[in-house]
Amino acid sequence: MSDAHDVGGAKDGGAIDRSGHELSDWEVLADGLSQALDAKGIWNTDAHRRVREQMTEEQYDELSYYERWIYAVENALLELDVLTKPEIDDKVRDLERTWGNAAT
Amino acid sequence: MAQTRTQVVDAHMPTDHELPYYARRIYAIRDLLLDKGVLEAEDIKREIDYIERRSPANGARLVARAWTDEEFKQRLLHDPKTACAEMGIDASGMNEFVVLENTQRVRHVVVCTLCSCYPRAILGRPPDWYKSVNYRKRAVVEPRAVMREFGQEVGDEIEVRVVDSTADIRYLVLPQRPQGTDRMTEQELSRLVTRDSLIGVSDIDASSDASRSEEPF
Amino acid sequence: MGKRSDVTRSAFAPGRWVRVRGDGASGHVRTPSYVRGKNGRIVKCHGSFRNPEERAYFRDGLPRKRLYLVAFETKELWGKIVEVKNDCVFVDIYEHWLEEVE
Repeated sequence: MSDAHDVGGAKDGGAIDRSGHELSDWEVLADGLSQALDAKGIWNTDAHRRVREQMTEEQYDELSYYERWIYAVENALLELDVLTKPEIDDKVRDLERTWGNAAT
Repeated sequence: MAQTRTQVVDAHMPTDHELPYYARRIYAIRDLLLDKGVLEAEDIKREIDYIERRSPANGARLVARAWTDEEFKQRLLHDPKTACAEMGIDASGMNEFVVLENTQRVRHVVVCTLCSCYPRAILGRPPDWYKSVNYRKRAVVEPRAVMREFGQEVGDEIEVRVVDSTADIRYLVLPQRPQGTDRMTEQELSRLVTRDSLIGVSDIDASSDASRSEEPF
Repeated sequence: MGKRSDVTRSAFAPGRWVRVRGDGASGHVRTPSYVRGKNGRIVKCHGSFRNPEERAYFRDGLPRKRLYLVAFETKELWGKIVEVKNDCVFVDIYEHWLEEVE
């Protein structure tokens, strides 16, 4: 577990980028799926944050907001034995075959 | 009402231009969870619908009513969920929330330094800047410099209170009613109230226009 | 894993001075490092909630813990007046992180 998320008061804060971006479909899906797992009682907000905090500092710095959410969703589902990593890996490969060139 | 993006739940060919590693994972996870019956497509669509039907306009309506109805304002400050329900705003999804009243003497700024907690059940998804590490780092140290970046100057005689939402309480700022708005209707008043004024970083005046001043997302 | 002693005691009254525990935390905590070891003043008690440090590990988070809104002066947090003297930071902190100070 790193403290990468505990940033209040850090001395290296810079100018705030006020531009927004329209969410990609996968970000909308990440948000909705994450909330649906909570509504079903499969996980909760605190577990989401805790799992997210288990990433390394490098991952925290490199990943975007919803990439961090997906990291948390995947690792929580693995921890709960709802899914296994090999089956997610296999499904990604299946999907990439379906998507063909669209996914590159 | 505008269509919400529930089609992402059914999409077999993503329309995303780019699919980074984690984007691929979430599509795979979606398919596996649906195949196994852990979630139904409806469960995910319901959540997308829920969040996309919420926007800062809800907050603006609460503020405009509070400015024109003192008793409502007291209910908003002391029993905010009930006050929301009166206005047809469903805030039941939140554990608790607290409305922070700005006055001649106090200005509030809301942040979540540890992640990005935000009153989503009223305002919808937070803006990117609110979730950014630079905001989270600086808001608790130099709120006035941050407010200045958002165009708000605060005199030294006013106290700035930064509220860090570290737990289950969600915070909404009730900005002061601008001067020169005495003849405005409640609807006209609500159009002055920007998302950023509900977070506290921005000020509003009689010429503010919520629809013009902010990114729609 | 974030276990804290479950000492039941009476609530801190608004206006009371408290100190945030400075000792190292383990596991998931929601008390940011910038307030640890610092003194602040109780603004109010929000009520009692399931402990997020336990919920984070899929435990039920019972018994509920009192959650306080605590005010910290800018000079106390940062060692100097960064901008204006009377500015402060309000933080929601669970009771087991707080000790009374005289």
